[in-house]
Parts: sequence; structure tokens; C-alpha cells
Amino acid sequence: MNLSPGNTKSYLHAALQNERLRVAVDKATQTALKKRQDKVDQIPVWEEMRWQAHAAKRDALEHLAENLETFEKNCQTNGIIVHWARDGEEARQIILRLMLEKNVKQVVKSKSLTTEELHLNHFLQDNGIETLETDLGEYIVQLLDQIPSHLTAPALHLTRVDVGKIFHEKLGVPYTEDPHELLQIARARLRQKFLAAEMGISGVNFAFADSGSFCVVENEANAFLTVSLPRIHLAVMGLEKLLPDQSGLGTFLKLLPISATGQKASSYVNFIGGPRRQRCGEGPEEVHVLILDNGRSRILADSQLRETLFCIRCGACLNVCPIYQQVGGHAYGWVYMGPIGITLIPQYLGSLEGRYAPFVSSLCGACHEICPVHINIPHHLLKLRHRIVDAGLSMKVEKWGIRGWAFLAKRPRLYRFVTWFPGKFQQLLPKETAFPAPGYFKKRALGRFDHTGFRNRYRTWRKKIISKG
Amino acid sequence: MRVALFIPCLSEHMFADSAMSMVKILDHLGIAIDYVEDQTCCGQPAFNSGYRKEIIPIAERFIKLFADHQYIVAPSGSCTAMVRVFYKELDIAAELKPALESLSRKIFEFSEFLVDVAGKTDIGGSFPHRVTYHDSCHLLRELGVKEQPRRLIRSIPDIDFVEMEKPDTCCGFGGTFSYKMAEVSLAMVARKCGYIEASGAEYVVGADSSCLMNIEGYLRKNNMRARALHIADLLAKSLNL
Repeated sequence: MNLSPGNTKSYLHAALQNERLRVAVDKATQTALKKRQDKVDQIPVWEEMRWQAHAAKRDALEHLAENLETFEKNCQTNGIIVHWARDGEEARQIILRLMLEKNVKQVVKSKSLTTEELHLNHFLQDNGIETLETDLGEYIVQLLDQIPSHLTAPALHLTRVDVGKIFHEKLGVPYTEDPHELLQIARARLRQKFLAAEMGISGVNFAFADSGSFCVVENEANAFLTVSLPRIHLAVMGLEKLLPDQSGLGTFLKLLPISATGQKASSYVNFIGGPRRQRCGEGPEEVHVLILDNGRSRILADSQLRETLFCIRCGACLNVCPIYQQVGGHAYGWVYMGPIGITLIPQYLGSLEGRYAPFVSSLCGACHEICPVHINIPHHLLKLRHRIVDAGLSMKVEKWGIRGWAFLAKRPRLYRFVTWFPGKFQQLLPKETAFPAPGYFKKRALGRFDHTGFRNRYRTWRKKIISKG
Repeated sequence: MRVALFIPCLSEHMFADSAMSMVKILDHLGIAIDYVEDQTCCGQPAFNSGYRKEIIPIAERFIKLFADHQYIVAPSGSCTAMVRVFYKELDIAAELKPALESLSRKIFEFSEFLVDVAGKTDIGGSFPHRVTYHDSCHLLRELGVKEQPRRLIRSIPDIDFVEMEKPDTCCGFGGTFSYKMAEVSLAMVARKCGYIEASGAEYVVGADSSCLMNIEGYLRKNNMRARALHIADLLAKSLNL
């Protein structure tokens, strides 16, 4: 599946025509929102927790450079091998080299958006390494050769009928839409792979500098098997995931599952502090952490937009977004979608490729209202729009239109004359004709201009009041 | 108490009646009114489209124009938010910053002004109809105004006020968004109008003419029952002004 944010308009168009998709996405997001709200209502200090998490992320990023060094040192003490990658290409090469060196032929993966950023599955398959997603949703979208359509629920755009058909077609099993049976089919296939794989690849939710350890949050125990059964565990981590220590973790481990799925707690939180030890003979022989920059340090250096790195990938802003609810995640054309996605797209991919993304928003602010780490998404979108205009990437006609308007807005008499004109002009048109704005009117009528205008009405009213005394 | 009127573009050129309703209510409540005739636009459409440099002189002009007034009141949450919240993000001339700071504390959306500043929560009158209320996004989330308009609506003794499902879901207008992303915007307003219809209301009341134009445009074109009504129009009708 090859998507590009530059084509977002055609994806949005296609998604809006797809009634099945709209129903599936709407149902899933509304359910998640309702479950979330039920839990939030039980926590009187929810707002305080959001600000605590915000402050914890802010402080962690302020000291990120030192924290990263401490993290590396402590990882090494724990026997974890640390790799650094500036960008996606470097990350892919490091991973491939490691696999060739260790003679890895089969890989199991637990859900990791960071590896989606690297298009890792395709890359490894092209290099002859079998890679299997083990999160159920990821497994389904991998069968379809799609990317996840949601940050926490990769197959949110599909119904169980869809999944039944996919399993029937791709796995050759008899059709069923019973979720339990579908789960058993996937589980049986995944178990064999867990046992056969030489390497497990996971993401990282939170890493801790002071102890050289990290954790992976999940619900299906597939990450637990990924990080513990294969001989080698590789964790791919965006550098912004690092916290100085575990002091704020309790807050994050409440905010994340409640915001994501409305669960009070995640089913499993896997803590990884190194490879198998002599005394306890279990777990992987080797643990590697790949710390990925891929544009993050650029965002970190940008004081205006740094806050967008606070994201803990819960997906609540997607669920609440009145646009995402109707179009799903693929319409955005990249691995990060929805409100937070459209702040990240131009920052990661550049203003040119990301020039439409920040405009896929009515700036309603529901995303900011729900964000567990208080990222002011609509304000960041405005800053990004400004940068896109500054880079000369807005439409010429818009630019000149706005300049002309700005010229008039400083000259009230001229402004009044020019803005009076459409009202007069519209008087000449048949009654039901509204002022032209292509696309707007397909199913919407626009009120007519008031050719008298407020100023004149006010003057008349004032005179009447004065004459009445 | 004296207020200066801030009449946004849509109110000047398309919804002058709603702005006049606001004037009549303020007058009815004994509040003195000033109208600065040389006001133009606050710059919001350009700002939301990403043009910051272009609107700096417009914002500076606005700040100077309203600097000496005690209170400024607008029949719009989003235009109030533009001045109160977003002007601070512009590179305004340093000598105007104190004036902007004070302006941001004395500019109010109409329902917010009536309840929080003028302390008028008992307008009274009569409006024997079923109405529901649409939270406009900037009013709710940038200005934090949620209860004030509802209190005013409920203060009409014979009104039948019902909350629709998700009153705070965006109507899909979003200024230039509504034509740049016209299809998405339509899908959003369709859903909003579904909630309005399901509430059984005859009128959907709001505090922003822009949202109401979008909503009523859809309701009319699709032969739906409800009609949009600005909160100032509701109060003026109720009091027969």
C-alpha cells in the first residue's frame, strides 16, 4: 500500500464515498469515546493528571540530550546494546546488518508505529527476511498489505465481516465472523511463528534513563511473547520516548489506556531491563535498542512546535475528531493520522509534501480538549499553516486575494464600498441564487448578502431612538 | 456601563439583523452603546489560512481603534477569540502590547458579556418553542463559554430547551475550510444537522453567525424542519424588540 500525504484530497473524497468504511470507523470511535468518558468520570483528578503528564514530557525533553547519554550508559551496564539512527535509511541498514550478522531469517513483531515510519516490513521482506505482525489488528492489515488506520487500533476501519472474508481468502479457512473463532485462527498461526522466530521486534512506550530500561504496553500478550521468546529482541524507539526515571510512569499508565480504549489499565506492561541473566535462564540472549531520530531532533529544537513530540500515541484525538470519524486513517496518507498526524506530517516530511495536511481540520479543538498530555493541536496547526504560506506553498490566487483584502481592510471607506458591492450585485440575481463558492453549495444553501448592511441599519435605528427622545 | 460594538464581517454584510438584535437588547438593558464606524475585519479568515504578516497592520489598527473603550462586545465567539487569544500570537508592535493586553481582558462575546459582566441572567419574555443549542468551537474551547448562553436560553420562562446529542461537535464550517475541504465540511454539517433534527427542536440557537449560516444552509437545502437562530435574535424575539 503506497500512500502519500500529497494525495490526501483524493483519499478524503474516496473515503467519503465509502459508506461501509464510514460506518465502521464511526462505530469504533464512538464506542472508544464512550468507554473513555465512563472512566474519566470516575477520576476527579483527571485534569491535574493531564497537566502533570504535560509537565513531565516538557521536562524530559528539556534535558533529553543528557538523558539519552545516561540511558545509553545504563543500558550498556545492563547488557543492552544501543544503536543510533539519524534517519529511516540508517535505521533500516542497521537492522538489516544486525539480522545478517545474527543469521536471522524469521522475525515476529509487536505493534510499533515507529517501525511503520521505517516501512520496515516491506524492506525486510525485500531482503528475504520473513516478518510477521503479531498484534491481531496489525496481523489483519498486514494480510491486506495495508498500513494501520489508527494509532492504537490498526484494523479499526474493518468490521468482523471484513475480517472473516480476509481470513477466508488469505488463509484459506472456512468463512466465519465469530470474533472468538477468528481469534483462534490467528492465534494458532501466530504461536508457531513465535516459536520459530530468531528475532522479536517491538516498539517502546516509555524508556527510563536512570535505570537503562524501558516498557512496552499492550493488551494481547503478543508483545510479551515477542520480547521474551525469540533469541534476540530488538526495540525500536523514537528518541522522544525517554523519561528521566519512572516517577511519572504511574500517571502515564493511567492516561494512556483510558484515553486509548477506555480501559482502566493495560492488560500487560512489559518491563525490559536487559537480556537473560545467568541466574534466571529466561528471556532473549540479546537485547538491542535502536534509538531513532528521523526528524525528531529538528522538532525538538523548534520551541514553537516541540510540544507535538509529547504525544504518547493514544489515538484519542483521532476518535474525537469529527473528520477522522468520517474518513478513517488512510485518508491522511501516512503512518500518523488524524489531528496529531496532520501536525507531524509537514514536520517529518517537509512543507512541500505536507502542505495539505494542516488544512484537513476545521480547527474545532476537540483534539486539544481530549489530549491526555495537553497538546494544543489547533494552535500548532495554525503555526504550520503559517509556515506553509511563508514557504510560498499556498495558491497564488489566494495569496493575492488576501493581500488585496488586507489592503482594503486598512482603508475603511474603500472597504465599505467594495464590500457593499456583492450585496447590490446579489439583488440582481434570482432569489434562490447564492454567491458562488464552488463545492460549498452542493447540498448547502448560503444566506444572501444583506445589501443594507449593519452600519446603515444602526444609523436608522439611532435616529429613531434620538427622535423618540 | 458603556460598550463598544465589534461587528464582524458576516454580521455587517449578511446577518445585520442579528447584530441589530444585540444592539436592541443592550439598549433594552440600559447599557450605553458606542459604534466605531471605521472598523473593518479582525483578520481571522486570513490568519486561519496561514497569513500572519498580512494581518499584523489590521490587528494593530483594531487595537488602536478600540483601545479607549471600557468594554467591547461582539455577536460572535470566533471573532472574539481571534482578538482575545490569537492576536497575542502575532508580532504586534511593542508599544501596542499593553493596549492588546488590556483589550484581551475587555472584549467579550455577547452572551458571555450579558452573564459574566452585566450580570443579566433573567431576560424573561416569551418564546414558546422547542429549541436546542449548538456550541460553536471557538466560543467553547478558546473562550471557555458553555453555560452562559444556556442560562440565557433557560431564563425564558415558556421555552422548551432540549440538549441535542453531542452539542459540542463541530458543524464543519471552519471558515475557509468549508470551501477548501467542501466535501468533508458537508459530511460534518450533515451529521450535525442529524443531531439537531433528532432533538425535535424547531430552532437551533447559536452564538456565531458563521456556524448558523452553515447549519441553516444545510437544513434548508435538505428540507429539514429546524431553523437556525442567533442567541441575540432569540432574546430579541422573546422580548418582542
